[in-house]
Amino acid sequence: MNAQPRFFALLARLLHWLMALMIIAMLFIGAGMVASVSERHEWLIHLHKPLGIAILALVIVRLSVRFSTRQPPLPADLPLWQVLAARASHVVLYALMLVLPLLGWAMISAAGDPVMLSSSVQLPALVEANAPLFALLRKAHGYLAYLLFLTVLLHLAAALFHGLIRRDGVLQSMTGTKG
Amino acid sequence: MVDHSSPPRPPLSTPSLIARLAGIGAVVAVAAGAFAYVNGTLDPQRLQPKTLVNALETNNGVHPGLRRNHAKGVCVAGYFESSTEARAYSSAQVFSEAKTPVIGRFALPSGNPYAPDSSVPIRSFALQFSQANGQQWRTGMNSMPVFPVGTPEAFYQMLKAGAPDPATGKPNPAGMPAFFAAHPETAPFLAWVKTAKPSASYATETYNGINAFYLVSADGKRQAVRWGVVPQSQDTAGDTVPSGRDFLEKDLVQRLASGPLRWQLNMTLANPGDPLDDASKAWAGEHKVLNAGTLVLQSSQPQADGDCRDINFDPLILPSGIQASNDPLLAARSAAYASSYVRRAGEVSPLHSAPQESKP
Repeated sequence: MNAQPRFFALLARLLHWLMALMIIAMLFIGAGMVASVSERHEWLIHLHKPLGIAILALVIVRLSVRFSTRQPPLPADLPLWQVLAARASHVVLYALMLVLPLLGWAMISAAGDPVMLSSSVQLPALVEANAPLFALLRKAHGYLAYLLFLTVLLHLAAALFHGLIRRDGVLQSMTGTKG
Repeated sequence: MVDHSSPPRPPLSTPSLIARLAGIGAVVAVAAGAFAYVNGTLDPQRLQPKTLVNALETNNGVHPGLRRNHAKGVCVAGYFESSTEARAYSSAQVFSEAKTPVIGRFALPSGNPYAPDSSVPIRSFALQFSQANGQQWRTGMNSMPVFPVGTPEAFYQMLKAGAPDPATGKPNPAGMPAFFAAHPETAPFLAWVKTAKPSASYATETYNGINAFYLVSADGKRQAVRWGVVPQSQDTAGDTVPSGRDFLEKDLVQRLASGPLRWQLNMTLANPGDPLDDASKAWAGEHKVLNAGTLVLQSSQPQADGDCRDINFDPLILPSGIQASNDPLLAARSAAYASSYVRRAGEVSPLHSAPQESKP
């Protein structure tokens, strides 16, 4: 049997850090645009839509990379609850990366609005126009985005805990640096 | 499997452990704090879409399922027939195709759905042009030539000036005069109000887009414009306002029963120096006006289950070939309408899916 890898595959690491930047930007853009009546509202929306679709495309690539490469194992001495928390939070992160763009796309469709990624690039509607469905999807988009932000914070705190307190190589498995 | 990835880890001293934990806490706190600032929690002074919609609800009451502003209205449908005049200025398909289907809505400006039709001299008209390529153009127009104020902040102050006093349940009578006195930009609007009378019909009104936009030609040239629709058949002047509270919808249904109603869509081209970012100011002097085509309305529906009910007439839903100006009211309208829309959309049942038989 081959030795377990110490690091995530290079492509997995690149996707992780690229998407980390995009998702954090996206969360701030989303929270800022719905809380503003200024011109910022408009240009943030114009960023939010294409960025969301880019995240949707990248997470599909990322999931296929995840399932086709070997993951470095968690340290053998990690308490079981932390192992379970790590697994569960990764499932939540992947699920929300996939679901949030789809919810955004579907809610614009349900509002009967054209789904425009730029002044001329248009996506087809995911669902038919339906006002109460729009309200439901719009609220779900907002609440789940907050859940994603909280999960990202937890993920960040856990990564730093591994890197600074446990010093067990878990953070380095994603940074690619020797620990 | 052996734990091969862990190098020897000397235990951390207590001060070092505390410092590191505090560092992690600080990173998380800064991220959460930045987020709370951006979403407005730590910035309570910021004017937010919900602040505007809450103010409308305070002034008018909450009427579930209805628009938080322009609450009383009627749906209409028809089409737009383009002329050739706008084609050189805008690449939008609505100007190149012969016909584009339109859904619209006439309304009163207030957020009170029970306002008598004679209570205000303002009527409004919203339109959605559905282009064959799937893009849409939505616009909300009003019968006044200018908006009372030029910024969302001033609009919010105006709403607050008209808010009911909690003690009496009625607005303070000194509130609006004090607001107008403090906001000289309202003068052109007030001058118009003095001469304006509530019309007896939606069909005889001119409706103005008020905010400036750009027409963008196929080769990328931008021309600032303000648009509006002018009725083709003027009524005999001196029409008196009928008695009763709800004559406008009845009048519209009657007129449509005897034939389509027509408006000319005008594009007023900005002269150099015309304000593009201030809807409270008129464009003075001679202007070139394009006749962009004819709007033809054929049918109406009650708004409760009409096709216009679920349309958010967001003025920034624009087709390729029309762009927003930097008028701050446009972004504010777009943001506030979205907030109103999610509230009322959550209060209604789904609209019929098949197009309902519309009244004549």
